[in-house]
Amino acid sequence: MKKILFIEDEPAIHKTLSDALEKEEYEIISALDGEIGLRLAKEKTPDLILLDLVLPKIDGFEVLKSLKANTETERIPVIVLTNLEQMEDIQKAIDLGARTYLVKSNYDLKEVVDKIKKATEEA
Amino acid sequence: MTLRDFFLRLNVAEECKKYSTPLWQCPQFLFLMMGWLIIVSVVASFAIGRRYIADPQITLLLILALSGVLLSIAFIITRSFEQLAEANRLKTEFISIVSHQLRSPLTNLKWGLDYLMGEGAARNQQEISYFHILKENIGRMHELVNDLLTVSRVEQGTFPFQEKEFELEEVIKQVLVEFQSASHASNVEIRVEGKRIPKLYNDPSLVRHVLGNLLDNAIRYAWKDGEAVPRENRRENRIIIRYFTEGQNVRVEVEDNGVGIPAYDQKYIFQKFFRSSNAVRRQTEGSGLGLFIVKSLLEKTGGAIGFHSTENKGSTFWFTLPVSSKTHFTSKARQEMSRAKAEQERA
Repeated sequence: MKKILFIEDEPAIHKTLSDALEKEEYEIISALDGEIGLRLAKEKTPDLILLDLVLPKIDGFEVLKSLKANTETERIPVIVLTNLEQMEDIQKAIDLGARTYLVKSNYDLKEVVDKIKKATEEA
Repeated sequence: MTLRDFFLRLNVAEECKKYSTPLWQCPQFLFLMMGWLIIVSVVASFAIGRRYIADPQITLLLILALSGVLLSIAFIITRSFEQLAEANRLKTEFISIVSHQLRSPLTNLKWGLDYLMGEGAARNQQEISYFHILKENIGRMHELVNDLLTVSRVEQGTFPFQEKEFELEEVIKQVLVEFQSASHASNVEIRVEGKRIPKLYNDPSLVRHVLGNLLDNAIRYAWKDGEAVPRENRRENRIIIRYFTEGQNVRVEVEDNGVGIPAYDQKYIFQKFFRSSNAVRRQTEGSGLGLFIVKSLLEKTGGAIGFHSTENKGSTFWFTLPVSSKTHFTSKARQEMSRAKAEQERA
């Protein structure tokens, strides 16, 4: 069973996407802020990380930077899942090594699940 | 205010950009102009006074009084302009923040509903129909929030245009596919008339948005005969999309034979939040933002838009686009943007 680390501070979105992914036989590890997210990424070595950018304690860009700077976590693919859609933000996240950038409000739940599936299959 | 701040405020171009108003509406620029006006009128009245008034003391007093009056008028005018411009800037910023904030809970609602409506969930017909109502309304609200965001971006000058070479015919085809079911549902026939035209250099998604909006309006405001009208006398709804080159521009027209726009409403039609009285009467949906956005976007890329319309007969909306580009971005910025977009699409 593949493990997905989901770093997101909004409980509602957390529950919905986790439920949908568990249906697809994924194991979900939840982190509600950047600090816990980083720690769990190192401890549990997930197959994929879903990362929001606006997070308490350590923001998503910083989390991404630390993930890519650490040899244990640098190879884990990261999907950025956020509502920021300014070009600068997208560019910054891609430059920092995010594999995919998804603007939440532009996608259905199913589309997001499909993209996650695709990413874990390729990984 | 430190000396540095003071000099910064004197940088008119920079200050005016902040308010994103035309130059002649910008408070700082007006203040500068008023200053010149005062100097010129003081010098002129001095020259006139010296010639016609014998007593130099009276001349002096008159000039002092004149400059005092002019100065206070200038101050009042520029001050109120500044307040207006500031209020306008705050409003745009407010819209931008609010619509951003509205998106998160909307996404939560949408995904929650997607989950409930997902596969394997057995529901009865009534529940399903309510779910569809919820979904449709969330979608509408989402579109509205997006429209508001676009408005604020256009007003702040931060809308990300992505210019490239493309064929207008292709865009028209895509839009037609998109509106196929809507035109069928409203029983409207759409015809396309046009000869080959050169490739355009512009933002194709912008053109798709503009054409989509005009077509959506044409379908939405199609003529509907009442039940009392015999079938053979009913009006056959048709829309014609026409395109041709006109000097350095390409012109696209969308002609319909729908309800038209009453003459007294016509001058407001591109205003933000304006809805024509017959549109409101017919209870058609709409926020009054569509044409405002379309016009603002077109003007930013060197295009123009206009229409002529007769109530109860129909409307023709047209827009023009320059064949060659009117570049708004340095090529580097554009490259970066298209790269980001490519990355996003690859995902």
